[in-house]
This record gives sequence, C-alpha cells and structure tokens, in this order.
Amino acid sequence: MTPRARTAVFFAGAAGIAVLLLLALPGMPSFGLGAHPYGARAVRAGTDQDTPNIIASVNFDQRALDTVGEELILFAAALGAVVLLRAVRDERLRAGGDLRHGPADVFDALRLTGALLLPVTLVVGAYVVANGYSSPGGGFQGGVVLASALHLVYLAGDYPALKRLRPIPPFEVAESSAAALFVVSALAAGALTATERGARTVPWLNAVVGVEVACGFVIVLARFFEQALEIRPRRKEAR
Amino acid sequence: MSWAVYLVPLWILLVGVYGVATTRDLVHAIVCVSVAQSSTYVLLLLVGYRKGGTAPVFSDIAPGSRPVTDPVVQAMALTDIVVGATITAMLLALAVQVAKRRGTLDPGELRSLESAATDGHR
Repeated sequence: MTPRARTAVFFAGAAGIAVLLLLALPGMPSFGLGAHPYGARAVRAGTDQDTPNIIASVNFDQRALDTVGEELILFAAALGAVVLLRAVRDERLRAGGDLRHGPADVFDALRLTGALLLPVTLVVGAYVVANGYSSPGGGFQGGVVLASALHLVYLAGDYPALKRLRPIPPFEVAESSAAALFVVSALAAGALTATERGARTVPWLNAVVGVEVACGFVIVLARFFEQALEIRPRRKEAR
Repeated sequence: MSWAVYLVPLWILLVGVYGVATTRDLVHAIVCVSVAQSSTYVLLLLVGYRKGGTAPVFSDIAPGSRPVTDPVVQAMALTDIVVGATITAMLLALAVQVAKRRGTLDPGELRSLESAATDGHR
C-alpha cells in the first residue's frame, strides 16, 4: 500500500472513530460534577482500614487480585524482553578486554554528581515505597525510583561500575520471588477479616511490588544496555 | 459544554494513531503508540475529577472535610501506566530484533514475512 493510500485509509477510519466518540460525548458525566459511587465507597473502605492513601488501598487491598494480574503482566514483559534481547547466532559478546574498564572520559563534576545522587535517590525510593500506604507513592512508583538510582552510575559515565553494581542472577531471583510472594500474599490476605487487612497488608504488598518493579526494570534495561554496548555481529554483514 | 474537556483525550488518541499509520520508523511508531495510550490516562483522570477536589490521600486532611477525586480511576490510571511502560519495553525489544534481522526500521521496507525468513538464514 502506498503511503498516500494508507493515509487515506487512516482518515476514513479515524473519521469513523471520531464520529462514534463524539456521539458518546453527551452521555459522559459533566466534568467535575458527576457522582462517584465507587469512589465514595472506596474512600470509606480505605479510611475504615487505616490506609490514608486510598489509591494504595484500592490497588493493594480492595482490588489486590487485579494487581496480581498487573504484576504478572510486568513479569511476562520482563521475561519477553529477556528472551527477545539475547545474543542470537552470528553474534558474540564483546570480550572483557574490549570494553574499557573504569569510567568514561567525563567531567569530574558529573561523576561526583552521580556518586552523590545514588545514595540519596536510593533513600528516596525506599521512602516512597515504605510510605506508600499513607502518602502519595507506593511500590510501583518507588520501584521505578530505585531502579533509576542504580542507573545514575551509568549516566555518570561508568558502565562497568553499573555492571558490578547489579549482577543479573540475584536480580532475576529477586524478581521472580517477589512475583510469587505477591501472588501468595494476595491470596493469603483473603483469609484476614476486612479490619485486619489494610494497614497490615498494604505496606507489605507495597514492599513486594517495589522489589519486583525495581528488579524488573533493572533486568530489562540491562538487556538493552547489552544490545547497545556489548553485543557485536560476529562478522561484518555484506550490506 | 461541560463535556468539551473530553475532546482532549479524543484528540490525543487520534494524533497517536495518525502517527502510527503514517510513520517511517518503528521507534517513532512505538512512541506514537505511547501517545495514543496516554489518551486513556487523560480520560480516566477527567472522569475522576471533582470540582474543588484534592488527591484522595488522607494523611494531612480529615476524611469528609474536602471533596476528593475518584481513587478508583486513579488506581486504574496507575495500572495503565505500568502496563504501558512494559509494553513499550517489549515493542522496543522487537524493534531491536527487526533492525538486526532486516537492517532497517522503516515499516515501508518490511515487505513480507517470507523475505524476513530468508534474510535470517543468510
């Protein structure tokens, strides 16, 4: 299909979608004024269970089983990236001597900034995970902060140090164990009464999710780094 | 006119899909998929908004003292963002493999699966 024909087909389809969605607009709740029966009940259930952050309460208590599904999507995507981004035939990992050890040639100020920000960011990430039940944040957000903290080392120009900082096998074990632990915990929480849940289960599930998200991001990013920095074709292609 | 704000997610969705349909680069297409998907975040947050409302976090406000936005749709937006990020990572991994096998990221040059197979065995 020529680009022109493709664009024409797009505009026909887009016009159809636009018409259908525009027809649906008058049926939408008026902005800012609609009733929120589920929201009001979720707020009441959350405050009854001493979980000030209602979003955490929804994610890790009221709809924890849905979050299990979300967890497994995350797990499957990390697994998929690992499978897709391996060295295929006709490729080799660069020999150790090929990759220069030590930091790249960057400003000292940049290296210092990375070294200073790493512990600070780790603490912030742990804080966001730990306080997710009572303040904005939680396992998903904090996990991403934790994973980013490690990669500050790379951003400061020292990829070999990042490799030493995150040996992949322990992270893979931690990610799979956290995913399994989340499923078990979410199922086990069903045995608790509604008043026992909440303040007890939400911080725990937040921590488990934090570990899983951090490890998942580290593993996926490690594969992308490998592709970009380490894997080379065995022989030059005849293109 | 209170429904006019819902035109924003509609616009974002169509812009994203336009990008996917007309793209010449798979990485650009993946970004466009993310743009199209972000329309759902905007839609969810618009549906959950309440006039004068604040975040549904009661660490520093007393329950019932102020209207709060709908926490259920916010939790859905969080789910949406996480899934979106992982899908983006998967698609980028696929793009890496396409670039390796075919030596191009232009979807217009990826004619058929047939030639992909012969390319791979070369």
